[in-house]
Amino acid sequence: MNAPVPGLKPTTYIGQDVPRPNAKRLLAGRGQYVDDIRLPRELHAAFVRSPHAHAKIVHLNLDAARKAKGVFWCGSGVDVARAVSPWVGVLTHFKGLKSAPQYAVALERATWQGEAVAVVVAQTRAQAEDAAQLVEVDYDPLPAVTNMETALDPATPVIHADLGDNLAFTRGVDTGGVQDVFAGAHLVVEDTFRFGRHTGVCLEPRAITADFNPSEQQLTVYLGNQAPHMMRDIFAKHLDLPESHVRVISRDVGGSFGIKVHVYPDEMAIAGIAKLLGRPIRYLADRLESFSTDIHAREHLVKAKLATDKDGRILAFELDDLTGIGPYSVYPRTSAVEGNQVVNLTGGPYDFKHYLANLKVVFQNKTPTCQYRAVGHPIAVAVTEGLVDLAAQKLRLDPAEFRRRNLIADDNYPYTSASGLKFEALSHHACLDKLLKLMDYKGLRAEQQALRAKGIHRGIGLAALIEVTNPSALFYGVGGARISAQDGCTLRLEPTGWVTALTGVTEQGQGTEGMIAQVVASAVGIPVEHVRVITGDTDVTPYGGGTWASRAAGIGGEAALMAGHTLKANILALAAAILTRDAAGLDLRAAQIVDAATGEVLLPLAEAARIGQYRPDTLPRAFQPELTVSRQYGQRDWPFVFTNGIQASYVEVDTDTGFVKLLKHWMVEDCGTIINPLLVDEQLRGGIAQGIGGALFEECLYDDTGQLLNATMADYLVPMAAEMPDMVIGHVCTPTKSSELGAKGAGEAGTAGAPAAVMNAINDALSTLSARVTEQPFTPERILRALGKV
Amino acid sequence: MENAFQLAVKVNGADVAKTVEPRTHLIDFLRNDLGLTGSHIGCEHGVCGACTVLVNGEIVRGCLTLACQTHGAEVETVEGLTESGLIADLQTAFHQRNALQCGYCTPGMLVCATALLTEKPHATREEIREYLSGNFCRCTGYEAIVDAIETTAKNRAAGKQLAATNNAEAA
Amino acid sequence: MKAPSFAYERAESLARACALLHQHAGNARILAGGQSLIPALNLRLSQPDLLIDISQLNELRHITVTATELVVGALTRHADIERSADVKRLFPVLTQAAAQIAHPAIRNRGTMGGSIALADPAAEWPAATLALDMSLTLASERGERRVPADSFFKGIYETGMAQDEMLKSIHIPLPAAGTRSAFGELTRRSGDYAITGAFVTARKSGATLSATRIAFFGVAGQPLLARGAMAALDGTTGDAAAVARAQACLAADLDPIADLYNTPATKLHLSRVLLARLVAQLA
Repeated sequence: MNAPVPGLKPTTYIGQDVPRPNAKRLLAGRGQYVDDIRLPRELHAAFVRSPHAHAKIVHLNLDAARKAKGVFWCGSGVDVARAVSPWVGVLTHFKGLKSAPQYAVALERATWQGEAVAVVVAQTRAQAEDAAQLVEVDYDPLPAVTNMETALDPATPVIHADLGDNLAFTRGVDTGGVQDVFAGAHLVVEDTFRFGRHTGVCLEPRAITADFNPSEQQLTVYLGNQAPHMMRDIFAKHLDLPESHVRVISRDVGGSFGIKVHVYPDEMAIAGIAKLLGRPIRYLADRLESFSTDIHAREHLVKAKLATDKDGRILAFELDDLTGIGPYSVYPRTSAVEGNQVVNLTGGPYDFKHYLANLKVVFQNKTPTCQYRAVGHPIAVAVTEGLVDLAAQKLRLDPAEFRRRNLIADDNYPYTSASGLKFEALSHHACLDKLLKLMDYKGLRAEQQALRAKGIHRGIGLAALIEVTNPSALFYGVGGARISAQDGCTLRLEPTGWVTALTGVTEQGQGTEGMIAQVVASAVGIPVEHVRVITGDTDVTPYGGGTWASRAAGIGGEAALMAGHTLKANILALAAAILTRDAAGLDLRAAQIVDAATGEVLLPLAEAARIGQYRPDTLPRAFQPELTVSRQYGQRDWPFVFTNGIQASYVEVDTDTGFVKLLKHWMVEDCGTIINPLLVDEQLRGGIAQGIGGALFEECLYDDTGQLLNATMADYLVPMAAEMPDMVIGHVCTPTKSSELGAKGAGEAGTAGAPAAVMNAINDALSTLSARVTEQPFTPERILRALGKV
Repeated sequence: MENAFQLAVKVNGADVAKTVEPRTHLIDFLRNDLGLTGSHIGCEHGVCGACTVLVNGEIVRGCLTLACQTHGAEVETVEGLTESGLIADLQTAFHQRNALQCGYCTPGMLVCATALLTEKPHATREEIREYLSGNFCRCTGYEAIVDAIETTAKNRAAGKQLAATNNAEAA
Repeated sequence: MKAPSFAYERAESLARACALLHQHAGNARILAGGQSLIPALNLRLSQPDLLIDISQLNELRHITVTATELVVGALTRHADIERSADVKRLFPVLTQAAAQIAHPAIRNRGTMGGSIALADPAAEWPAATLALDMSLTLASERGERRVPADSFFKGIYETGMAQDEMLKSIHIPLPAAGTRSAFGELTRRSGDYAITGAFVTARKSGATLSATRIAFFGVAGQPLLARGAMAALDGTTGDAAAVARAQACLAADLDPIADLYNTPATKLHLSRVLLARLVAQLA
């Protein structure tokens, strides 16, 4: 006699380290990035770009270029404008935000060094570049507005005369009586913080292949992008096509970080030229073009103050933020968001009531800026944490103890911040406790002291943070942006019992496809290997926002969970019909229909699926199996579902050279339910490295005439393997109640806090030498200057 | 074609004869002429490492090598290394450790790591980081990549140790 | 970012390379390892009519020790030097420096001769030629000549080579007894061009230094000998006071020019720090 088969128990993949299935393809060199896709009859484009930051285009002569070998077409801004209508990057919820109409290719005036002024289309990219050299452009250089600090001076030229001045947007917050609080405070600390412009440097440059089929009036765009449905809407609108005649395909994307979620003039031009020529046009931004045309970010000058009482309790923050965004507010998300976030997020982790903030967003003749990973967070966190450490120092309080006195209590939720943010439930104190333990804070302090006696200057820097994730429609939708605030998931049961999942959220390496597979497999009750996930094709996937603002797991994951539940219920109904049992007594586990009470296996899922697809004739007449389901989810409980975390950096500063060695980095964060720790931890590590880049290396250097001086990878310094520290990651888990899954985002918290942690660590190392740095990146020269050595 | 060059080269073990323009870079030749799109274009000025391939067993930048310079040479790319099974353990280690995100740098990283594991089979973490210092990854922060290579090195050393022990016992 | 069109010739012998160079003088570039030339082509900073590929001339890829000198063929790659036991035994600073040049993939193709002939002010080898008092053999259709490195570098990317000449070999006099040397550079990231870098070499009898040579790179328009600092150290024990005097001399010796991230003052300061650290290593 066989022993009774033990019943199957329910299993879940939520919380499991499941390696991503799609990574195998990438490891074999079988990725399908835009530039890997070849279309018949495709042509290659190269752009002629303005060498001036601001210049009138007096005359453009394309004759020589047109005659060059292999050239198929040449066009000016006017030619391209026949196919692509201009846009204005404003949204109504940023009251007063203004910008000027922007064309795919400049018409009469170039407004930053790198703006396209002509396009050449040829048989090969090399030929297109040869011909682009032959385009003659007669420029009349105009004064360039480069310094944001003087952009609003009466003597400074106005970049867009129709707008009246160079002020794009301004916003204030005043909780009332703040000056009185400062006047009566026990301690007031203040400082000025400067943040260098930087850019995303995705390893895969921006890439597009646009194919237009005139017979069907159908545009197909292969685009390295995070939000294919948004781009489909935009191509349709500005190329004057019905939306259903536009298909945007974003297969593998070689990094995005917010860089590939905006409308780029050159990409619009390529789509327009494809429509004009009826041929596929291919374009890959080269690295020089990437530096001068990918959006930049983070150029801020912040003056800020913090007031405390005698016990070191924070009473008030005051913030004055000035940021320069280039000549246009970027379409369609606008360039007001970053500054707006700085205003919203400053002081975010702390319990205080009084807040006075003033934001000015100004135009300049530099590359346009827009949302880049952790939008505004690195600035707000550095300002906040820089002041917090300064206050702790003045009060002779340990920085960890100062934070313990001021972080919002873990039982004090829901909480509304002084800037008006609503927090559902955060865990600052639990994270702080865990971090201090993880890093052996006391031991590290002792080591630091011991080494100081030997002339070795090490520093420990802490940085608490909050992160905006799972945005509702309040982020963009309410302002009129046609950017989906929800996402859908469609599940299709295949006759083999496997499931195909189609989702609106997209994959740029975060692990979206793996995450969706885990959620679906868990919800349906099948092995994760039995789920195939399809993303990034507007003809196929449900309408949705895509992957940005740390929303893929929280929004897309919830939609997948809902769809999974529904599909499972439908499968059980089918099984009930086959087995003539009550569906309520059945369950689906490990691809088997089982008795819910005992786990006894009753029917393989594959058999149920086979009958459902091929033999519905065997089922009761009144029963129709529903084996494809769709569900959508938009987060509507909160404007944003915030996460929190805290980081620590341990550095050694060579006080003779100003060089900083990163010894180690720690982070404890709370992103709610963790679907896949392996993926979340690497999101955090990668994010931290990107934040460190801003703190130590990265800056777009401009001269006074608006020339970008370091537009190569030899001169713009990104973090490389030899300089990055090992990073220790820990978690606290407070699921959001706004969804069943409970997941919040984790994509940006690393970047949000790392610069502040590194800054505080450097300043801690320098504290006994009366030196302090607040201008990022913290180059050797800036540190030497602070030390008075140069 | 201007200044056509008759190129004969062995790529992933197969003889290839093609006419190329002298200005064609090795990376463009592999991607455009041979359809080997696993190696990527990242910066085209020799800094990012995305186009790293092996020429006569040594890593080189595909964007700083002209295709015609490889006349008579043997070139190996991630496709060839994959199909030969030579780096299956390295690929598994990358996969298990999630040592890649967007995957764009990954072929270059794998090729670079292949050379490292041959040249310095007992490399320390610092040596691994140093050897990879010419390969840019924007996604991972590098730690997982270093872990995956370190794991592979240890596994290979243990495998060799085991093989040596077995041989000794057999003898 | 594609290179402009050019003609290409693979030189099968040194004589053929010289003949082509003579024939196309001014419009041809020698392609050795290509690790500087090809990026310049890609960026269209250089648009020659002809590339003369000498990379197959194995006669120029060698490291040979004679009774009096180490001879390095111009096409010897950075990686060859990094791995050479002879170099490590005789000139450990060259082994160290080779490992600091860019990254492994670049070192596999870039050549010592190419680096010297290009005279990039930020490169390691040109400064090494000065510190180690090397001489260079230049070849052309007109014959060969040997020039001391001291008089070879004329300015930014400028050398004393005529348009029809190419570098054939590098000659490094074997170190005298008691010679000590040190190499160092300060880079933001591993493999970056140095903010400042230097080779220091001196003969030590007892504790006293003589024949001190200090060559800096990355600070001025060309690699240069810090002659004031050399004189300040000669005849001393490299003590703190002597080092301070040598550091003071660097202002005039180097007259640094700014780079993207560093003012001349910073480069001078860092050069002084580096000098002190290298002199300490001579002990």
